[in-house]
Amino acid sequence: MKSIIRKILPLIGVVALYYLIMYLKSIKVMNPYHIQVLMFAGVNIIMTISLNIVNGFTGQFCIGHAGFMSLGAYGASIVTTLIFGGFSVAPNLRIPVFLLGLLAGGLVAGAVGLLIGIPTLKLKGDYLAIVTLAFGEIVRATLRLIEPIGAARGMIGIPPYTNFAWVLFFVVLTLIVARNFIYSKHGRACIAIRDNEIAADAMGINTTKYKIISFVFAAFIAGVAGGLYAHVMSFIQPDTFSFVKSSDLLVYLYAGGTGSLTGSVLGGLLLTVLPEALRAFGNLVNWRIVIYAVTLVIIMLYRPLGLCGGKELPFLKINRKSLYEKSIFSRKTIHPSEISN
Amino acid sequence: MKKIYVVLSVLVLLTMLVSVAAVSAAETGETLKIGVVSPISGSAALAGKYIVNGVKLLENELNAAGGVMNNGVLYPIEFVYEDNEAKEDITTNVYQKLIYQDEVIGIVGPDMSKCILAAGTIAQSAGCPAIGTFTTNVAVTQVGDYLFRACFIDPFQGQVAATYAWGEGYKTAAVLYNNADAYSKGLYEAFVQSYEALGGKIVETQAYSGADVKDYNVQLTKIAAAKPECVFMPNLLNEVPLQVQQARANGITVPLIGGDSWDTPEVAQVAGAENIKGSVYISAFSPDNPDPIAQKFVNDFKTAYNGDVPNSNAVLAYEAGAMLVEAIKNAKTVDRAGVRDALAQIEGLALPSGVVTVGEDRNPIKGAAILQYNDQGVATFLKNVNP
Repeated sequence: MKSIIRKILPLIGVVALYYLIMYLKSIKVMNPYHIQVLMFAGVNIIMTISLNIVNGFTGQFCIGHAGFMSLGAYGASIVTTLIFGGFSVAPNLRIPVFLLGLLAGGLVAGAVGLLIGIPTLKLKGDYLAIVTLAFGEIVRATLRLIEPIGAARGMIGIPPYTNFAWVLFFVVLTLIVARNFIYSKHGRACIAIRDNEIAADAMGINTTKYKIISFVFAAFIAGVAGGLYAHVMSFIQPDTFSFVKSSDLLVYLYAGGTGSLTGSVLGGLLLTVLPEALRAFGNLVNWRIVIYAVTLVIIMLYRPLGLCGGKELPFLKINRKSLYEKSIFSRKTIHPSEISN
Repeated sequence: MKKIYVVLSVLVLLTMLVSVAAVSAAETGETLKIGVVSPISGSAALAGKYIVNGVKLLENELNAAGGVMNNGVLYPIEFVYEDNEAKEDITTNVYQKLIYQDEVIGIVGPDMSKCILAAGTIAQSAGCPAIGTFTTNVAVTQVGDYLFRACFIDPFQGQVAATYAWGEGYKTAAVLYNNADAYSKGLYEAFVQSYEALGGKIVETQAYSGADVKDYNVQLTKIAAAKPECVFMPNLLNEVPLQVQQARANGITVPLIGGDSWDTPEVAQVAGAENIKGSVYISAFSPDNPDPIAQKFVNDFKTAYNGDVPNSNAVLAYEAGAMLVEAIKNAKTVDRAGVRDALAQIEGLALPSGVVTVGEDRNPIKGAAILQYNDQGVATFLKNVNP
């Protein structure tokens, strides 16, 4: 009973949140500007979770994550805008086309993630960081040269399919999928690699394989987030996904706390909303970015592991007790064949 | 006797108060807000400073007049300044905020084509007029009929540069441009088209990608080897000084021609007078223009900002604001749609850079100035070119 409540309650909370925001919008407390900031926050949360899987849970250091986002954004936009003709799609086909676009964006990013993951994940630490940085720049430079997708001028006329409900849906879906991945056999192998790669290797974990799995998985999620972003903006340009974007994502991740999904949600949400909220102090508009940066420094001084480093909200944690009860170690007798598994 | 004086003076005071109240009640309308979007922080913060200063000058003039008079009603004007960090997504946030939260009657800025291309659809679908200041890309006003601009468009600048180069007797030219930037690419394409149509020959075309490039030696070596008679460099403000230095270091001694992005005193300061002398650029505005309206603007700007000379960013921001104010003055209905219609009908409005008329495609018809750097690295007015 208790575990059912644990599972259902957060979902009820999300639905209640959605209706609360829609109600606030209908009585004009929230306007399209607030909704758009929340949509960008949602996209950033998904990107931060994706980066967290690589940097936070597998212990690798990817600093070119915006590259995957741009692949997803362009992949999705090519499907919805160039293949299906953008605004000329029949209204009842728009949602399937949109979802197909997001899937395509995710697959393109995932495929490229696999392609570059195989040679690069044999590298460690700083070297991997440099290669991922170069990857992000290569993607940006390449997209600038491809004429059918607008080259350096960018792609215009992307239909704005993304709405708040879709963003919220994908944030929740990403959280569920990421949580289940992290607490699966694969996810725990990734955590073992993060904590001590040599020990994990000695335990029989194929470290390169699991690093690639987590990298491709994260790239897929980043691709979907990129697709959502493109369909909020309706205009994308290669330079939007520069190193500045990647470093913004790193800031969200480390301010929120690595190795914590709660932290990713908090980091992505707070640090997207904060610079916009600071606009409320009209005369301080020149100091907005300074205040933002000072806030970051204060967070890192008082919470060196980020806001929720290593901590998780209850529904994002696996119930360790029930896991133990189901496992073979809680039983009195163990058949020898079970151990070899 | 004294009592009568007291009563009389009280009566006089009362009538004065009543008449003042009556005048203000009859003639003051609601306060109208104008949004100003500029890169106050981020990679283009220097441009942002000039934009804000330009609009502040207009704000001071309006405050002194009490507002804008439309059909006998005085509307006070309030400016809302917002920072777009020179980023597209932040610009869309700012547009949403100004349109739906501050409920502005119109928006001035931003200055970059890529930013207004991202945010333009928001203004269009909300029916809020927006005037880009330095948004020279042709596609900007094609977003919809609520989008305007205060500057001339890229092809016009490229055409002016080509006409100037050909007129000076340069038979061959080379181009160095940023193929990741819509502004740079637009000028390059128009220059090549016009120059070749005039009979000139492009002997070398070199491109680079991105705003973070610092080393142009590879491209400049090839340009030097082609021995052109002039080099067209329509690149961004932060790139030009390094390019000028490196061009001279590579033995390129021929005149360099730039677009209006060169129009900031800092370019010559960083590049060095010995490197930049003789180079020319196209500008929306020259502070040396002897026209009285231009001189008044320059003097007001200098007085307000410690002798700082206004650049094109400041002039275009001021003029975009002035166009919006003129439209509010003439609007049949004082709302966004009325202001849009009045904007499209602006004709013969005298502004610091000359007389402005809004054309069919919501692009202004206005002149361009050619400026040349002298031996001290100071840009001086050479001549004016008209479309």
